[in-house]
Amino acid sequence: MKSLGSIRRSFAPWADPAAKPYISFENITKRFGDFTAVNNLSLDIYEREFFALLGASGCGKSTLLRMLAGFEEPTSGRILLDGQDLRGIPPYRRPVNMMFQSYALFPHMSVEQNIAFGLKQDGMPKAQIAERVAEMLKLVKLEQFARRKPHQLSGGQRQRVALARSVAKRPKVLLLDEPLGALDKKLREETQFELMDLQQNLGLTFVVVTHDQEEAMTMADRIAILDKGEVMQVATPAEIYEAPASRFVAGFVGTVNLLEGRVMSRDGATLRIKGASGAEILVENAPDSVSSGEVAFAIRPEKIKVSPRQPAEGTPNVMAGEIFDLAYLGDMTVYHVRLADGQVVKASALNSARVSEDQLTWNDRAFVSFAPDAGVVLTR
Amino acid sequence: MNTTWSRFNIASIVLGFAFLYLPIVLLVVFSFNESKLVTVWSGFSTKWYGELFRNQGLIDAAWVTARVAFISASFATVLGTLAALALTRYTRFRGRMLFSGMVFAPLVMPEVITGLSLLLLFVAIGLDRGFLTVTLAHITFSMCFVAVVVQSRLITFDRSLEEAAMDLGATPVKTFFAITLPVILPAIVSGWMLAFTLSLDDLVIASFASGPGATTLPMKIYSQVRLGVTPEINAACTILIAIVAVGVLIASVVNKSREVQRQRDEQAAQRT
Amino acid sequence: MAQSMASDRPDAAPAVSSGGLGKAVGNRLVIIVPYLWLFVFFLVPFLIVFKISLSTTAIAMPPYVPVFGLEDGLSGLIASLGELTLDNYLWLTDDALYFNAYISSITIAAVSTLITLAVGFPIAYGMARAPTSLRPTLLMLVILPFWTSFLIRVYAWIGILKPEGLLNQFLIWTGAIDSPLLILNTNTAIYIGIVYSYLPFMVLPLYSALEKMDYSLVEAAQDLGCPPASAFWKITFPLALPGVVAGSMLVFIPAMGEFVIPDLLGGSQTLMIGKTLWNEFFNNRDWPVSSAVAVILLLLLVVPIMLFQQAQARSLEKGR
Repeated sequence: MKSLGSIRRSFAPWADPAAKPYISFENITKRFGDFTAVNNLSLDIYEREFFALLGASGCGKSTLLRMLAGFEEPTSGRILLDGQDLRGIPPYRRPVNMMFQSYALFPHMSVEQNIAFGLKQDGMPKAQIAERVAEMLKLVKLEQFARRKPHQLSGGQRQRVALARSVAKRPKVLLLDEPLGALDKKLREETQFELMDLQQNLGLTFVVVTHDQEEAMTMADRIAILDKGEVMQVATPAEIYEAPASRFVAGFVGTVNLLEGRVMSRDGATLRIKGASGAEILVENAPDSVSSGEVAFAIRPEKIKVSPRQPAEGTPNVMAGEIFDLAYLGDMTVYHVRLADGQVVKASALNSARVSEDQLTWNDRAFVSFAPDAGVVLTR
Repeated sequence: MNTTWSRFNIASIVLGFAFLYLPIVLLVVFSFNESKLVTVWSGFSTKWYGELFRNQGLIDAAWVTARVAFISASFATVLGTLAALALTRYTRFRGRMLFSGMVFAPLVMPEVITGLSLLLLFVAIGLDRGFLTVTLAHITFSMCFVAVVVQSRLITFDRSLEEAAMDLGATPVKTFFAITLPVILPAIVSGWMLAFTLSLDDLVIASFASGPGATTLPMKIYSQVRLGVTPEINAACTILIAIVAVGVLIASVVNKSREVQRQRDEQAAQRT
Repeated sequence: MAQSMASDRPDAAPAVSSGGLGKAVGNRLVIIVPYLWLFVFFLVPFLIVFKISLSTTAIAMPPYVPVFGLEDGLSGLIASLGELTLDNYLWLTDDALYFNAYISSITIAAVSTLITLAVGFPIAYGMARAPTSLRPTLLMLVILPFWTSFLIRVYAWIGILKPEGLLNQFLIWTGAIDSPLLILNTNTAIYIGIVYSYLPFMVLPLYSALEKMDYSLVEAAQDLGCPPASAFWKITFPLALPGVVAGSMLVFIPAMGEFVIPDLLGGSQTLMIGKTLWNEFFNNRDWPVSSAVAVILLLLLVVPIMLFQQAQARSLEKGR
């Protein structure tokens, strides 16, 4: 468990109790009429962090971003940026800049003018503006497009102009609202890495709003999963995936099998769960808090092994079933195995060999098995 | 949409446009008629245009009309734009229903009622009828047309442009003048043109609101038309039509070429 | 675009958040200036019309009493309230002339609205089915007459419709008739004038409703066994209905109060309320009666105007 946090890189100020958060949402609530967009939410973001707000549409993530930018004021609670309370500060005086989902490039201005706009507002001397604009154009590799108007650019180029414009002022925090949403899949993948490099090079704090879990997992240091205006879990991508805090998070990110059951006994960190079908599940590394009651055992498909032959006697966590459906995806195959009690378990197997002896097909009898530490026990 | 343009469709369009344009074409043709009789063709002549320029009354009226139209269109554009902003940007304020009612009602209000009511107002407040009162009347009804034109542009306006400007440090006032205004400018210009033509064309409201010394061209034409159809009036009408047609054509050609250029740019951008 | 951008926000979000654009652009000034202007030059005049419609005719300037001058102070103002009378309205009901004028205005406006709809629908439909590249041009051709003077377009018909006019010349030349038809100075001329002048107002809303319609709906109906004529009435027409309502109101309302067309094309026996009002005002100089005529005309138009306004507001909301 403790190794998960360091999978990505050693940058982890959130794990350091002495570190001071850079942005703090403190008990933020935002209502629009009867609708509560954000409900008593608290969240800390650290300097130089690449932080993602992930959730379905309507979960309050954009509202949170717009409150940080100053386009909405919280109904209650406060937002601190670098120790300063932001309440009452209009958007044009906040040291944060935003990259809009629609890019919001000024259609009557050239690329240069768009990038220079924010600098002019600060009254920066002309020579310095020109220098900074050139630097930004170089950064996003758009030097030869400086005099073009936004409508003369492709979607990917527009996205880069929007990015250059929002970082030109060197804001303390860059807010990105679905930054890659308007790009096609291939371009999106390339741009993800460009964004990460940019954030590293400039040393900025990024807060990105997205509904695309892959995007969040790839780019972010930490992800906050939001639902109905509340934070479900804040953790690194690996933790979110491997150690989801609740059934919701487990189901929201990736594919998961939830095996419902009841705790029978606890022995140290080992838990015995009786599944709904009567099968027994052995779990190691169970959290200390769980020793009884209804729980769900969450396990990812790739951690389940499917085999036509029964595993050796004494192997824990073996269940018999029948191949109910399968999807051949090229690099791997996903099996839907119907267990004795009717529950369908998804298991994926990497097709590491071109031809396999153990080919399973529809209606074959199969055994699924998994290691005692391959999944997590969820109480929520 | 897949188009199966049937013969019936084509015929209705051809007949419809013939109906719309034939009377105007005939009017223009007969302005070049030699004869005093408007409806009997007796040879080509431009003499009626010469007559026209010797008719001091008509020329004075044309000058009055042009000034009224210019001034009223300019004021109406400012007021109409403000009204459109008020209607799109402020979804809730006291008396909004009444306000939107006052903006939309003049669009369909019979001109006799608008004219009569304005006249009675001017009498009640003791304003002498003349140039000023016609101008005030024209501002009032044409600002509503401007408001509708600008409003329909504002509705499709991407508000994130303004948010982006403020996010980059522009104050709201600066944002309005640097971003909002330039973006909606084409709509404001067409609003101005509409207001200008409306003022140029108006007979009924001007008849009520105007007074001695401020006879507008439509009033002048009307008083002569009542005496019968003359080639001279045909000539005057032809000039008016020509002015408007040229204006509209230029505007649409400029628009069209801009649109074509834009499409070409966009296609080019996709290739890069 | 705006919609997708706001996907994460409820639509009920207030238009102006704190620090929003309005606050500093004189916030309220944006509303107050046009509001006051319309209040003074649109609403107040109506109140004056209403007040004068309750006054008595007098040979003076202005030609009515009471004048409601403030020179007598508040008590004078209240005293003159007593002088208001409903006589003008009673007079309107007494004299069959006015009643007939209203009835004939409604009839003429309604009939010409129907004719305009019948003429305009095929045109709008043809335009909506035209090749996409041709549509902007067709649209401009419909709008163009709207930019040319109303007066001129009505005037053009005098030369065509009069007994020795072009239409009669043409018909005699083709041998269809022997002696000229009397069209000018009849109600027929008025119908022609109204249909001609207001046709663009009908075609535009119809076109925008029809253009939005997905033609595959008609094809689907036919595929499901509906013959073309029946598909028109069951699919096309209902979907074009908002355009039909808007177009009809745009023709009916101004046609009701039309003055120029009945005056120039109609005969002396033609009764239309706009013309009656004009005559009452300019020829008889009876301001109170013409005000009463205006008030009643307005009352007749309240329902259609409200209908139109609602349709307008709805279509604007939809555009959001």
